[in-house]
Amino acid sequence: MHKYYLDHLQELEAEAIFVLREVAAQFDRPAILFSGGKDSIVVTHLAKKAFWPAKIPMPLIHIDTGHNFPETMNFRDKLVKELGVQLLVGSVQESINKGRAKEEKGLNASRNALQIVTLLDCIESNKIDAAIGGARRDEEKARAKERFFSHRDEFGQWDPKNQRPELWNVFNGRKNMGEHFRAFPISNWTEMDVWNYIMKEKIAIPSLYYAHEREVVYRDNTYLPNCEYMVLRDGEFIEKKVIRFRTLGDITITGGIESDADTIEKIVMEVSAIRSTERGNRSDDKRSDTSMEDRKKQGYF
Amino acid sequence: MELLRFTTAGSVDDGKSTLIGRLLYDSKSIFEDQLEAVKNSSERKGLEHIDLSLLTDGLRSEREQGITIDVAYRYFATPKRKFIIADTPGHIQYTRNMVTGASTANLALILIDARHGVMEQTCRHSYIASLLQIPHLIICVNKMDLVDYSEEVFNKIMEDYTEFSSKLDVNDIRFIPISALVGDNVVNRSENMDWYQGATLLNTLETIHIASDYNHLDARFPVQTIIRPHSDEYHDYRGYAGRVDGGIFRPGDKIVVLPSGLTSSITSIDTFEGHVEEAYPPMSVSITLADDIDISRGDMIVKENNMPELTQDLDIMMCWLNAKPAVPGAKYFLRHNTKEVKAVIKEVVYKIDVNTLQRNEQDKEIKMNDIVRVRLRLTHQIAFDAYRKNRSTGSIILIDDTTNETLAAGMIND
Repeated sequence: MHKYYLDHLQELEAEAIFVLREVAAQFDRPAILFSGGKDSIVVTHLAKKAFWPAKIPMPLIHIDTGHNFPETMNFRDKLVKELGVQLLVGSVQESINKGRAKEEKGLNASRNALQIVTLLDCIESNKIDAAIGGARRDEEKARAKERFFSHRDEFGQWDPKNQRPELWNVFNGRKNMGEHFRAFPISNWTEMDVWNYIMKEKIAIPSLYYAHEREVVYRDNTYLPNCEYMVLRDGEFIEKKVIRFRTLGDITITGGIESDADTIEKIVMEVSAIRSTERGNRSDDKRSDTSMEDRKKQGYF
Repeated sequence: MELLRFTTAGSVDDGKSTLIGRLLYDSKSIFEDQLEAVKNSSERKGLEHIDLSLLTDGLRSEREQGITIDVAYRYFATPKRKFIIADTPGHIQYTRNMVTGASTANLALILIDARHGVMEQTCRHSYIASLLQIPHLIICVNKMDLVDYSEEVFNKIMEDYTEFSSKLDVNDIRFIPISALVGDNVVNRSENMDWYQGATLLNTLETIHIASDYNHLDARFPVQTIIRPHSDEYHDYRGYAGRVDGGIFRPGDKIVVLPSGLTSSITSIDTFEGHVEEAYPPMSVSITLADDIDISRGDMIVKENNMPELTQDLDIMMCWLNAKPAVPGAKYFLRHNTKEVKAVIKEVVYKIDVNTLQRNEQDKEIKMNDIVRVRLRLTHQIAFDAYRKNRSTGSIILIDDTTNETLAAGMIND
């Protein structure tokens, strides 16, 4: 074997650090979109490495839907303190109060889509010109066509049919006034890569990812956590199960799976054996074949 | 585990989607819910079989029209390697997508329908792979089941292709007879072609030697940004952050900064984990120097005894990517690595017919998907290598100065 080579995680890390440094160099006011989920935690970890020994030279943005897991919020506050970075919070509740966003009604109501308004308002009011996200191309078919540097027009919209070609490692972040970019440093990572990297780098993640006992309701083939927003339907009941979450979103739409994986090693084993995608437990993606593309066009990440 | 990036080009009917579907499915990279969704969509459309192309064709307009219009990236892994597929449409009007997909690939898969042999599109895909200097080509002669697994058919195609490919600039070409539909020689060895002694497609993808695809001779380090912590602990720290694009850097190396020509030596090569003794492609590191000299983004750090060329005049092969044709005399932004200058197209030397490789010196118009040889004049000097020597320091893009769209991709000639 040739001595001068990187293994796949080292190569993906080097690529992500390159992208993060390009963002810092090409934009005036970049920010990292931080959801408290594992992907944005990994992006933040990579940013720490990319700019060391300097601090991460950009704030974190958290879009607070009001429907959070308390564990996620605690984790966020602790990490921000540790890194010494600025935290910008966009509140969905405030957008609703101001009449900028309207609460969904009906059985499948969630605040997932409302985040778009709050996110775009937050980007505009803080004059953010590049929002860095932890989206991966393997997650979803609309994301499979995303660029590392993804252009958004003055309305924050994505035009998938008119994307800038991206060749070699040359990223074109030129834009006109009012437009902004989304940047995705871990585009080429898979769910497996993210978990292996978390294990290798010993990155702290919210306890929700590990198996734990919790009150849940079985709905649409997944275990939804019981919380104050839960409305039981006919035939449904609350039970206690040992579960863990494969992705983290709003508490109202994030389903867990039965699991006894309570260490990172066990999670990696479990993920490598699992036969369904991680977003299979997310009700926001099940609305139609192209629901992710439709939300992304409007400004979702 | 190594990472192999490969590209596939092809049209709907040559079995490309089926081949990718089989690689993903047989390597257990398609999840049950993805397969379920594709099954449901296929049933709704009234199809009798599962349409695996629905896995890759993700955009609404693509699903409506049933065509791939963009580059889609797919991922799968075996215990031996991790793979990234850049899946691109193969029609001539998507030459630009093929070029984009090929730009980051170590390897290209080219499909030939065993019933039809070497066709115009085989020629086009191979030319693009060679133009973009993809180091390895695998020619899959597909649909062998439809020609009775005939060795003569396979040999004839291999002969025809070898004759045509002598005009191309590719060193490593392999041929594999397969049937993507039935699965012969894709993941599992075929029981129908005992005359073929070579490796299966997956086995070839897993074992092909790619570690020397990078240039390890000519040390090149384009500066992305400068790290200055301004903290008490690192008060005077000044690290030049970037990614090694060639060669091997070590502390103590005598270096030259281009284009300024200022010299110094490397004090340390830093990463978050600490100092490293060697930096080589494609590592992202920070370099500190012994002297406090003027260096900014876009400069290139190289070693004293191995210099790239400096120029304001470039001779390039260029693929035009935008619907808006090139305008003679117009000024464009030119991005070379991390450096940006302005450029004007001085002369169109010839246009290539990508189906026949014929040069046309009369037609000077540059439209979308055209591949042309042009001469550019730049406002400032850049430090470059020929694309043949280094795909990273030998490539450029052109950007529109009003819409900011990426207009063209260029490979610098020797």
